[in-house]
Amino acid sequence: MSAVPAQSFAAPHAGDILLSVRGLKMHFPVYEGALFRKVIGYVKAVDGVDFDIRRGETLGLVGESGCGKTTTGRCILQLERPSAGQILFNGRNLADLDRNQLRGIRRHIQVIFQDPYSSLNPRMKIGDIIGEPMKVHGTEPDAAKRDRRVRELLHTVGLNPRFADRYPHEMSGGQRQRVGIARALSLQPEFIVCDEAISALDVSIQAQIINLLEDLRDQFNLTYLFIAHDLSVVRHLCHRVAVMYLGRVVELAECDELFDNPMHPYTRALLNAVPIPDPEVEASRPHQVIQGEVPSPINPPSGCVFHPRCTLAVEGCKKAVPGLRELRRGHWVACTEV
Amino acid sequence: MATLLEVDNLQTQFLTSAGIVKAVDGISYDVEEGETVAIVGESGCGKSVGALSIMRLIPWPPGRIIGGAVRFQGKDLVKLSDAEMRHVRGKEIGMVFQEPMTSLNPVLTIGLQITETVRHHLGVTQEEADKRAIELLGLVGISEPERRLKQYPHHLSGGMRQRVMIALALSCEPKLIIADEPTTALDVTIQAQILELMKGLTRRLGVALIVITHNLGVVARYADRVNVMYAGKIVERGRAHDIYHRPSHPYTLALLKSVPRMDQPRKAKLDPVEGQPPDLTRLDEGCSFRPRCRFKVEHCEREFPPLNSVAPGHVAACFETARVVRLEKVAS
Repeated sequence: MSAVPAQSFAAPHAGDILLSVRGLKMHFPVYEGALFRKVIGYVKAVDGVDFDIRRGETLGLVGESGCGKTTTGRCILQLERPSAGQILFNGRNLADLDRNQLRGIRRHIQVIFQDPYSSLNPRMKIGDIIGEPMKVHGTEPDAAKRDRRVRELLHTVGLNPRFADRYPHEMSGGQRQRVGIARALSLQPEFIVCDEAISALDVSIQAQIINLLEDLRDQFNLTYLFIAHDLSVVRHLCHRVAVMYLGRVVELAECDELFDNPMHPYTRALLNAVPIPDPEVEASRPHQVIQGEVPSPINPPSGCVFHPRCTLAVEGCKKAVPGLRELRRGHWVACTEV
Repeated sequence: MATLLEVDNLQTQFLTSAGIVKAVDGISYDVEEGETVAIVGESGCGKSVGALSIMRLIPWPPGRIIGGAVRFQGKDLVKLSDAEMRHVRGKEIGMVFQEPMTSLNPVLTIGLQITETVRHHLGVTQEEADKRAIELLGLVGISEPERRLKQYPHHLSGGMRQRVMIALALSCEPKLIIADEPTTALDVTIQAQILELMKGLTRRLGVALIVITHNLGVVARYADRVNVMYAGKIVERGRAHDIYHRPSHPYTLALLKSVPRMDQPRKAKLDPVEGQPPDLTRLDEGCSFRPRCRFKVEHCEREFPPLNSVAPGHVAACFETARVVRLEKVAS
C-alpha cells in the first residue's frame, strides 16, 4: 500500500513528505443530447500534475481561472475521483482506501473555502457549525466538552466565544471566514487546503486573515496548500510556489527563487501583469502585455499548451509536451527554451 | 484644463428596515477634461453608489439622491428630467460595469446592442450604425469584427465581453466614461490587457475617465488623481504620487501598509487595519474611522473632520494629519 515515488518534486531542505501528487488527471466528460446522452469530449481540467509538500510547508498553487488549481485541491480532498494519477498522504495512496479508511484520513485533511457566505449553513448556529465535524467524526461525543472546545476554537481564531450562539448572517465576511477556519481546525488536522481563502475579503480584512493563517501554522505545525490568484499574497505567505496553466504545472520553485528569477515565459508574463501599488514604480516598469486568452481545456493546443501565446515558442513546442526539468536546485520548469 | 464634471456635496440615502443608510454622505470632487480620476475604497464605502448617482441610476425605492449637485458641462444632472437624462446616459457619459455578463443583454447579438445605442443617440441609419460598430470593435482589439457582430454575449470570454462593454461606452464619443470595477471579475493577464486598452483609448480620444476600484495597484498604474472613500465620505484626495508617497489620512496609510508588495522584501508580518468597517445606519457626528484609528484624539468623537489642505491639491479629513505624515516619514 505504501509507495514512494521515484522522482521527487520536494523542497531541497529536510523534513518528511506529507503529500505527494503524481500524474494527477481530472477529465470531466462533456455530453451532447438530452435523451440519448453521449460523451462528445472531455474538459481536461487537470492534465498531469506532480508536486510534493513537506510537513510544515506551505505550497502556493497559482494560476488564472480555469487552470485547474481548484480542481487539484478538490481531488486532494477526495471531493472528485481523479481520472488518473496518485495522491499519497503520509505515503498512503488515497485511491486504494475503502470508505472507512478514507474517513479516518479525512480528519487530517481539511479545507477553508473562498466564499464565507455560501460555505456556512445559514440555519445553523456558529457553535453547531464548528462543532459538527467533531460530532460526525466522533472525536468529541460529549456535548458539554464539545461546547467548551468550540469556545476555545473561537478564541483561537480571534472571535468572542459568545459568537457560538449567533447565526452566520449576523457576522461580517471577515468574521465568517474566521468561523470557516475554526471549523477546519476543529479536528486538529495536519493538512489544510486553503482554496482562495482570502479572495472574497476586503483589503483591510485580508491582512487580518493572512496573519491569522500564519499564526495558526506556527502554533499547530500545519501544512497548507494555498490556492490563490493573488501573487503578492502568495509571495508573502508561501514557502514554495507551483504555477499552473491549463491543467499543468509549468513552474515549481522556492518562493523567493520563483519571484526573483522566474523562468517560464508564462510565469514571467503573470508577474509582469500584477500592478504594484506605487505610481513611481509603475511608471518605470515596462508593461508588456501578454496577448490572447487562455484556450479551451476541451481542445487544448498540441504540445506545450502555452505555445500559441508564447514569445519564445519554436516549431518543436507544437509537438512535444515539455516535462518539468530541474534547472536549478529545487527549481523545476516545464519549458525547453529557457 | 477645463473642469468637465463637478460633484458638489452629493448625498444619496437608502431606506432600509434597519434605518436610513447614508451610502454617499456629502462627497465633492471634480474631473478635468481628459483626466483619469480614481475613487478607491472597500465594499460598502459608497464608491459605486456615488458613481451610479452621477448617472441617476439609483432605484427608488429604496434609494434616493437627497441633496447636492452634479455639474457636467454646465448642466446640473440632478435637476434634469428623466427624458433629458436619457440623452446624457450612453451619449455624453459612457459606463463600464464590473460584470460584463450581467450588463450585456444575453438574448441580443453584440451587433444589435451596439447599433441600437448608436442609432438611438446619433440618429443614423442601420448601415451607418453597422459600420460604426465594426469600427468600434476593431478599436477595442476584437478580431474579425464582422463575424462578432452576429454573435451573442455567451459566445465571448469575460475579457472579450469587457471589450464589447468598452466599445459600447465609446460608441457615441462621450466626454466621460465611468468604469465601476472594470477589471475585478477578470484574470490578472486579462486585467492588464483591458487596463492598457482603456488607458490607450482614453488618452488617444481625450476622454476623461472615472475609475472605481478597490485595487490599489490598478490605481497606481492608471490614475492622475485619487479620491479615497470611507463610510460614505471622501477622506483623502490628491495626485496619485502624493497619495502613495505622502498619505495623510490614517485610513489611507493603513490601507497601503496592509497589502503585501511584490517589489519589496517580504515582511515577517502584515500590518492589518484592525476591526471592521462601521455600520452605516449607526454613524454618529464624530469621525467614522476613529474606532479603528491609531491616531485618534478626543476631538474625533465630537466632529467629523473637514477636508484640510496638507499640500497644494492634496486634502485629508483628519485632525491629526501632521502626526500621520511624520510617522510615515519615520517608517520609510
